[in-house]
Amino acid sequence: MPKRTDIKSILIIGAGPIIIGQACEFDYSGTQACKALKEEGYRIILVNSNPATIMTDPEMADATYVEPITPEIVAKIIEKERPDAILPTMGGQTALNTALSLNKMGVLEKYGVEMIGADAEAIDKAEDREKFKAAMDKIGLESPRSAVAHSEAQALEILEEIGLPAIMRPSFTMGGTGGGVAYNREEFVHYVRTSLDASPTNEVLIDESLIGWKEYEMEVVRDKADNCIIICSIENVDPMGVHTGDSITVAPALTLTDKEYQIMRNASIAVLREIGVETGGSNVQFAVNPKDGRLVVIEMNPRVSRSSALASKATGFPIASVAAKLAVGYTLDEIENDITGATPASFEPTIDYIVTKIPRFAFEKFKGAEPLLSTAMKSVGEVMAIGRNIHESMQKALRGLETGLDGFNRVQALEGASREDISAELARATPDRLLVAAQAMREGYSDAEIHGIAGFDPWFLARIREIIDAEQGVIDNGLPNDAQALRKLKSMGFSDQRLAKLAIDSVHVAGGAGRAVAGGHGLVHDALAAMAGATTEAEVRALRHKLGVRPVYKRIDTCAAEFEAKTPYMYSSYEAPIFGEPECEAQPSDRKKIVILGGGPNRIGQGIEFDYCCCHACFALSDAGFETIMINCNPETVSTDYDTSDRLYFEPLTAEDVLEILHVEQQSGELVGVVVQFGGQTPLKLAQALEDAGIPILGTSPDAIDLAEDRERFAKLVNKLKLKQPENGMARTRDEAVKIADRIGYPVLLRPSFVLGGRAMEIVDGPAQLENYINTAVQVSGDSPVLVDQYLRDAVEVDVDAICDGDEVVVCGLLQHIEEAGVHSGDSACSIPPYSLSDEIIAEMERQTEALAFGLKVRGLMNIQFAVKNNEVYLIEVNPRASRTVPFVAKAIGVPIAKIASRVMAGEKLKDLPVINRHIDYTAVKEAVFPFNRFPGVDPILSPEMKSTGEVMGIDQGFPIAFAKSQLGASAILPDSGTIFISVKETDKKVIEPAARLAEKLGFKIIATSGTADYLAEKGIEVERVNKVAEGRPHIVDRIKDDEVNLIFNTTEGWQSLKDSKSIRAAALVGKIPIYTTATASNAVMQAIEALREETLEVRALQSYYKASQT
Amino acid sequence: MTHAHNPAAPEGATGILVLADGTIVWGRGFGATGSAVGEVCFNTAMTGYQEVMTDPSYAGQIVTFTFPHIGNVGTNEDDVEADSPHALGCIVREDITAPSNFRDQKPFDQWMAENGRIGISGVDTRALTRRIREAGAPNAVIAHDPEGNFDIDELLAQARAWAGLEGMDLAKQVTGHQTQLWDKGGLWRLGHGYAKMEELEASSASSAAGLSTSLETNGGDPKFVKVGANERPHVVAIDYGAKRNIFRNLVKAGAKVTVVPAETSFDEIMALKPAGVFLSNGPGDPAATGVYAVPVIRQLLEADIPLFGICLGHQMLALAAGAKTVKMHQGHRGANHPVQRIGGGWDTTEGLVEITSMNHGFAVDGETLPDTVHETHKSLFDGSNCGIEIIGKKAFGVQYHPEASPGPQDSFYLFEKFVGGLS
Repeated sequence: MPKRTDIKSILIIGAGPIIIGQACEFDYSGTQACKALKEEGYRIILVNSNPATIMTDPEMADATYVEPITPEIVAKIIEKERPDAILPTMGGQTALNTALSLNKMGVLEKYGVEMIGADAEAIDKAEDREKFKAAMDKIGLESPRSAVAHSEAQALEILEEIGLPAIMRPSFTMGGTGGGVAYNREEFVHYVRTSLDASPTNEVLIDESLIGWKEYEMEVVRDKADNCIIICSIENVDPMGVHTGDSITVAPALTLTDKEYQIMRNASIAVLREIGVETGGSNVQFAVNPKDGRLVVIEMNPRVSRSSALASKATGFPIASVAAKLAVGYTLDEIENDITGATPASFEPTIDYIVTKIPRFAFEKFKGAEPLLSTAMKSVGEVMAIGRNIHESMQKALRGLETGLDGFNRVQALEGASREDISAELARATPDRLLVAAQAMREGYSDAEIHGIAGFDPWFLARIREIIDAEQGVIDNGLPNDAQALRKLKSMGFSDQRLAKLAIDSVHVAGGAGRAVAGGHGLVHDALAAMAGATTEAEVRALRHKLGVRPVYKRIDTCAAEFEAKTPYMYSSYEAPIFGEPECEAQPSDRKKIVILGGGPNRIGQGIEFDYCCCHACFALSDAGFETIMINCNPETVSTDYDTSDRLYFEPLTAEDVLEILHVEQQSGELVGVVVQFGGQTPLKLAQALEDAGIPILGTSPDAIDLAEDRERFAKLVNKLKLKQPENGMARTRDEAVKIADRIGYPVLLRPSFVLGGRAMEIVDGPAQLENYINTAVQVSGDSPVLVDQYLRDAVEVDVDAICDGDEVVVCGLLQHIEEAGVHSGDSACSIPPYSLSDEIIAEMERQTEALAFGLKVRGLMNIQFAVKNNEVYLIEVNPRASRTVPFVAKAIGVPIAKIASRVMAGEKLKDLPVINRHIDYTAVKEAVFPFNRFPGVDPILSPEMKSTGEVMGIDQGFPIAFAKSQLGASAILPDSGTIFISVKETDKKVIEPAARLAEKLGFKIIATSGTADYLAEKGIEVERVNKVAEGRPHIVDRIKDDEVNLIFNTTEGWQSLKDSKSIRAAALVGKIPIYTTATASNAVMQAIEALREETLEVRALQSYYKASQT
Repeated sequence: MTHAHNPAAPEGATGILVLADGTIVWGRGFGATGSAVGEVCFNTAMTGYQEVMTDPSYAGQIVTFTFPHIGNVGTNEDDVEADSPHALGCIVREDITAPSNFRDQKPFDQWMAENGRIGISGVDTRALTRRIREAGAPNAVIAHDPEGNFDIDELLAQARAWAGLEGMDLAKQVTGHQTQLWDKGGLWRLGHGYAKMEELEASSASSAAGLSTSLETNGGDPKFVKVGANERPHVVAIDYGAKRNIFRNLVKAGAKVTVVPAETSFDEIMALKPAGVFLSNGPGDPAATGVYAVPVIRQLLEADIPLFGICLGHQMLALAAGAKTVKMHQGHRGANHPVQRIGGGWDTTEGLVEITSMNHGFAVDGETLPDTVHETHKSLFDGSNCGIEIIGKKAFGVQYHPEASPGPQDSFYLFEKFVGGLS
């Protein structure tokens, strides 16, 4: 059936900011959907508040609305654009919920908008637990037994049905406080009581425990002719109990017989039919009892998902693109399989390799959060790896994580530990659980014992044991000296680095001196290396190359080699030669080629913004006539779409893996260079290894990048250029610290390099405070010095993004932060254009930018952070590479600066490229989005440590409304009336005065704790005094919990007052009350509220802003 | 290229594959020792290795499994399509591991050894598959010796001396030799195993015919089902090397099945008073088996006996109707093959795509179909013929395996259509 011609325009809803559980996989799917439907000639209207996405690039849609994704705002877009259809299945839960609300509000009916992909009824049936369960009953599929109780008696009745063990969860609490798993009746009664007590609605959910069951996912695609295909099966290595997003997973399923697999296949398709997902991709999750195969449906998502992105990358089948085409009426047999170019999309991919996904966590960023995994997702990113066997696949994934692992690294804390300790650690689902299992093996645990405690399927444990045994083989005998044996090790996925470490362990040097000697030079090292086979990564590599042991590249072809693959989508493997040489399918071209290194797994501080830059490098360099080659290992991204670059290698970003690819690519054609400046820290760390190997690096030299990061070298350059940095020094003793502080002048910011008990950083105002800090908070010694910096209190921070081509420097964006200096720039809101800087200051920053760009010999992008205080510009930091703010700047000014920078790096001049004009007559505000609600117990306060996972952009004519939109986009609902609680630190009292005054003018009631209340009262502002928590009840937290507060301004300084006020912020988080922890943001909020009183929010497409500003 | 003239075995090489062109593939042997000669094919299914090994259609063949980890779930007594394996051996990437599955009864390598089948692991099966794709399925010898001693010249001579599958009638070797009522039950269900005959008898025709929601199949079509049939129509199934799951599907669809040997005559069949005759799958060249089978099928057609053929049975039905068959370059072997319903007469399901299990190296040449034959299915991979129906008769066949096992169960409706059309 051909595509529908009765619809002409389609509204696609994006997923908004990157948050835990909803990350850049929805940019990948949304981008595919935009591209696919635009190609079909439809007018595409897009809404997404996230400026760092590829989908919001102006050419991806006909009208792009970077506006908050709320039903009210989207209704306005619908009113304005009158789309014929709305596609809600590409933007995660956000898009589904928004579409459902629009339907309930009657907006869709009013404007005659048809929901395509999945209709409201199907979404509701899938999302509503009761309806879903009923639907599953109808098709004869079991669901986990569960029920809700409001009393102990009711709970005991339920127990009869559900049985033990049972899981108790109090309703409407964060993190499930009060709940637990009951294995006997006594525990059951205990948890029922604590849950009922903890739940504000006196409600406890009681679920049959499936702990220890195996978990599977099926990715299903259906078209309107009822053709159903399974794209991929996924097996969780983690048993039930860990959220699938946090689970280590493999594809395809490895421990099912065909009979079981087909039941699951039939069941998945039956679920789609029953729920009524007419077209598109869905994900169905199952739990399987390993003892008898009993199959239970856990849930289904009637939309593309994180798993569908993974399945797409794992198989080469682009689920989102196909789903978008199905939504407009095509059937699967009418869509071509891009990979083979010869077969249709109506088939089931079959693969001849193993895919492993391992999530990446950020617990270290959230002090106070226990690194324990549960049914609520906490990971911030993931790595995917492909190997010809599970060993290779797992070990590649481990090193691709970039968490310092080079394989199954030893868990030192458990070396020689007692069985109690090891068993206890095995029982905890931590991010390192797989390494713990491996360590337990080294400590003498059997697979059966580990399976008994941790629940991993014995098949996976046996494969890990094979790796540990192979490691022991190297430890016992040193590295093998023949190609066959070395290839055998490499084919199990061992990295050169790992082999070097194991080789050192093979030489029994007392007291671990082996490692020190191995790292050195001279005769002893040579002797050691001779005994071990090799002792450094470089030596292992040299040995390997000497023996001719190199990886080959195999293609991801959707069909296990049954047909020829047209699309070069590849992964490495070590194969035995069977027809002479090991067979390599890379077939490098004879073109001029540029390799772009991606950013690896998402993490806090390095996410979608850098992937955006990498994609743009691909697009721009391809336009410039180069062959583009992407290397990355993050399955969520657009950069790992086989459509983004000419050639894609899905590989870990380590020196070894990258160098081997470059070796193959250099066999033919000309490698013009490698782009390392766009993927964040990940590729930068490889720059030295690439240079050492004689690989040309495009753009700014790695040495210049290093110069900017080296404290001392950078200070010299700053002096030479006669620029000003905040005064600083490094103290190794108490006396030194005092001396430096005296020299700099108080206040100073103290940062230890070794942290005790969470008192990481403190601003001190005088010698007594400094003394106290040194004595109680840190260890100062030669090994762990304290950094002492001049603290620029109340300074304005500014980010500058610029491009330099060697002859010319163009400032692309000058972003004034809302929060004062001291808050991590990635966590600050900021505005283009600056809202309160004088022309002189701006000119001075431009001058300094130019000086630094030339001084560092920048070719391409650079980012500078300035602080402005008392009309003085201080240089905080320079990064001669793409920064996090690049996509925001590009979206704000409507110029693709990453593309322009890419072409500059490839040798073109700015004068020959599109003009960059940063002077816009509207305002764009970026706001950060935080995952605090995922980490109960963590203080939701901004600090120099970055904590945000994503960002939104608010764009409008003036600053106040643009700021209001940014807050709305970040899910903060600003009140238009009610009570504001203000409690600020001493130095902020003056700063916050305008906000308080404005609040009073707008009729808000102000409550404040004593100090702030005194100050405001003195200034003639009416204020009600409220108790601090320590001052007796009712205190401010009581008032917050009683819903008496609508907005909170709370700033603090110093460890003690932070601790004292933590409960305020925690209560605000639970109550979803907007809270601002800096005075400057508080002022911006009040301005926004005032503006919202005076005008309603209007929506406007990016394209119209750009057009208007160009004329 | 490693050629027979350079036969130094790598260390630890205990298995070898010697292709007739002199190419040698070394590996680690498992299962039985000794050697076997046959054609090397590949199968791209990711599950169901035990079903594949026991499928009689693989007689004379050595199966390259493209999925690297084989043996993960072990073997059991249920997942077999015949009493013993028929494939000569298999070639896999990874060593066979200890199984992990609640249904496991015996490790795969042990099962192979006990059944006299040879395996080789440690082979770049993808490279081998690509070679088969490009150069066609080669004749070869597979051998396993724990000491790694191979007389390569002798093995090569064997591979070269083997005549190949073309023109070979293997059905005679794998068919059952007695006429037997099928009493081994219906489809497999989790927690129950194969449905017992008495259970099937007890259940009504409607639930037995796929209207239940037991997830035993995925492709039932109620319009074919005759609700309320009191008596099971009698199907005589000619066994050219049939997979058992075909019989299980037939009884699931409501038939009483009598299995007869490949060379059963028309008169012998008619003496059984069949309501319909089923033509099974099987190994080898349809033209060779057709020498004795096609005349019987032609007589059945003339007698207006309803017919249903699968794979080899389908090919011979086409031969009987006047079409020709051809040896394919690489064959279709996997569990992901899309087949589309074409040619009209499908009502609302025209154009629907079934994902099917396939295993065939010969195919009906769609160009040679006479006017009396209607093409009903085609492969969406290469357009080759996948189904025919004889115009004006209740006789049809499909090239693929609606009985699945292994593979998707999208095509159960064919059994319903056949059995539902019998009286």
